[in-house]
Amino acid sequence: MSKDNHHHIVEYKNHILVLFLLIALTVITVAITSVELGPYNTAAAMVIASIKAAIVLMYFMHLRFDQKIYRFMATIVILIFFAVIIVTFFDYLYR
Amino acid sequence: METTATHHADMHRDDDASKIGMWLFIFTEILLFGGLFIVYSVYRFRNPVAFHIAHQELSITMGLINTIILLISSATVAISISAIQKKDRKMSMMMLGMTLLFALIFLVNKYFEWGAKFEHGMYPGSDLMTMLSHGDMLFFSLYFFMTGLHAVHIIVGMVLLSVSLFKVRNGAIHSTRFVLLENSGLYWHLVDLIWIFLFPLFYLIH
Repeated sequence: MSKDNHHHIVEYKNHILVLFLLIALTVITVAITSVELGPYNTAAAMVIASIKAAIVLMYFMHLRFDQKIYRFMATIVILIFFAVIIVTFFDYLYR
Repeated sequence: METTATHHADMHRDDDASKIGMWLFIFTEILLFGGLFIVYSVYRFRNPVAFHIAHQELSITMGLINTIILLISSATVAISISAIQKKDRKMSMMMLGMTLLFALIFLVNKYFEWGAKFEHGMYPGSDLMTMLSHGDMLFFSLYFFMTGLHAVHIIVGMVLLSVSLFKVRNGAIHSTRFVLLENSGLYWHLVDLIWIFLFPLFYLIH
């Protein structure tokens, strides 16, 4: 099996760009939640947090560049987690 | 195991297997914190007013600073991995050193943040805590437990990164053998990932 030649080297400046994007999204979250949007506050904060998490997973954690198996496994775990959230809230919302 | 002969004099190693192992461990961590997030959401759903009032006790500025510190430290780890692949040991070590420094700053901030709460008599099991309403108590118990567990992860991450730094220094980690650094990096990104959700949940949402 090939040893290291499948490794993708990410340029420094790309990491810096990703970092600035993440910081910008953080600032946007703080700005959005500081205004009164009612229930949309939570939704907006969670959507942006999910985008940030996806960026960290894809770029910093190399899921975008590594073999597909890692992405596949991560997707399954995230789906399981969402399934648990949905089942839990069906219970609490409709009991 | 692969049966095809690998023509290497060095000991058998399988970087992909190590990385898959690390990812599996990370999944258990995601589900551990995920479970706690669900507990938090359910209690929040059942005690909306108490959670809203309690959350105002937390300093958004402090949380924001710590968020940015963790994001920067995640980038420095990522750069350190790129650097070792480019055979730039010095850069890799410098970036790891910076990551450790940021991690320390994060913990110092946490110390002051928690310290201020403790001074006001707010800590798990304190008299004040037991006098709080049910919702407030849930909020602060979850706050201390989840940020505390996260801080433990920061400390573990610091140990892993220190070991990696030491091994980069003595040449055990180099441009064709850096899976330990990669796995430590993955762990560090996980710590960042968790904080990405902790910050809005505890400090921002109202």
